[in-house]
Amino acid sequence: MKPLPISESDLHAYVDNVLPESLRAEVEDYLASHPDEAERLQAYQAQNLALKELFNPMLDEPIPDNLLALAAKPETVIPQEDFLRGAVNAQKRSIFSRWSLERIAAGLLIAVVSGVSGWLAHGQYQPPVRSAQVVPLPRQAAVAHVVFSPDVRRPVEVRAEQEDQLVTWLSKRLGTPVRPPKLGTLGYELIGGRLLPGNSGPVAQFMYHDSSGQRLTLYVTTENTANQDTGFRFAQEGPVNVFYWIDGKFGYALSAGIDKSELSRVATAVYDQLEH
Amino acid sequence: MDSSAILAEIPRLRRYARALLGDRAAADDLVQDTLERAWSRVAQWRPGSNLRAWLFSIMHNLRVDQIRRPNLPTYSMEEDDFEVPTRATQSDALEVRDIAHALSQVPDEQRAVLLLVALEEMGYAEIASTLNIPIGTVMSRLSRGRERLRVVMEGRPTGANLRVVR
Repeated sequence: MKPLPISESDLHAYVDNVLPESLRAEVEDYLASHPDEAERLQAYQAQNLALKELFNPMLDEPIPDNLLALAAKPETVIPQEDFLRGAVNAQKRSIFSRWSLERIAAGLLIAVVSGVSGWLAHGQYQPPVRSAQVVPLPRQAAVAHVVFSPDVRRPVEVRAEQEDQLVTWLSKRLGTPVRPPKLGTLGYELIGGRLLPGNSGPVAQFMYHDSSGQRLTLYVTTENTANQDTGFRFAQEGPVNVFYWIDGKFGYALSAGIDKSELSRVATAVYDQLEH
Repeated sequence: MDSSAILAEIPRLRRYARALLGDRAAADDLVQDTLERAWSRVAQWRPGSNLRAWLFSIMHNLRVDQIRRPNLPTYSMEEDDFEVPTRATQSDALEVRDIAHALSQVPDEQRAVLLLVALEEMGYAEIASTLNIPIGTVMSRLSRGRERLRVVMEGRPTGANLRVVR
């Protein structure tokens, strides 16, 4: 008399080495007479091995600091307002990653809503002046700083090694010549740059770092159609200090988690190198 | 719940999350959420019970919440991670990369079961309680997930060929 048919579950248990010993011989007989099934199970065993081979190296990777910290009971819940603090230490990616994304999403939503409502309103009556920035320059720059400066692997789109390409590309996209100032005498070397969306079009971000890894970003917009020039202004967005100024159609904002006096020295150097 | 016990589970949580999500940053975010939620619910953990299963089930519930919540599609900035360690150095490197891709073609709930079996070597009953589903569902998801993975890796058209679990 034939024994009970082998079930699919038995076959999987066989693949995973959890089949009761009493059934093993039976399954092996079954596989011997069903080569297709034997082949299928071999493929499943190979999957187990391949998955282990692919993902087991993760077990030996160093645990990121933010996860290490969570091995102990957190003292308090992180308040949202602290999100910018993440940028100060490029390695501390954890705190801000979640909050800032929410904030950015919220910011984008506000920008979109404002843009849409502005556009809708435009159809009904001419707004008197169309110069108001949806997001103030220092705020835009600080958020861009917080988003990109902690990125260890890809802080920029085009690296300083291709500075010529970077300059050509950004100048073309912004529709006006832009060039990263040289800050080597102050100890800051160019890492590279990237293109970003501003309030109404492209803006550029250049990133620098010093020998300690401290990063500094210069945010350049060409969106200032009606604003008059300003002198240096200082703004603080969380732990990010921002010096900014408007020069013709250009808006510049220099952001870093360094103190005001050092940032002001760099801002002066940047200003001096720009054409007026 | 003491720190060293939690610490010991983090590498496994990361491995599973990485395999499940296919993206390093998203995986670590999920692990972080899991640990935060675990601490916030530490009172619900019964000392002496299986810490690993408890953490995995928290992670699973968070993942289910994530899937339910519509999200903007995002891309990993580190998509070449998978290729670096194995490219051209091992004879089976091609197969390892293939399986990373094939895994992404397996439906989420099947992938979860598949990975708990293959990586965590959890028993089927333990998976059932971790994911809070009947063991029959564990077996059918495992069966369909494995078959799906095989079909994708063999480059056959997918969709047909489902197998009924007896």
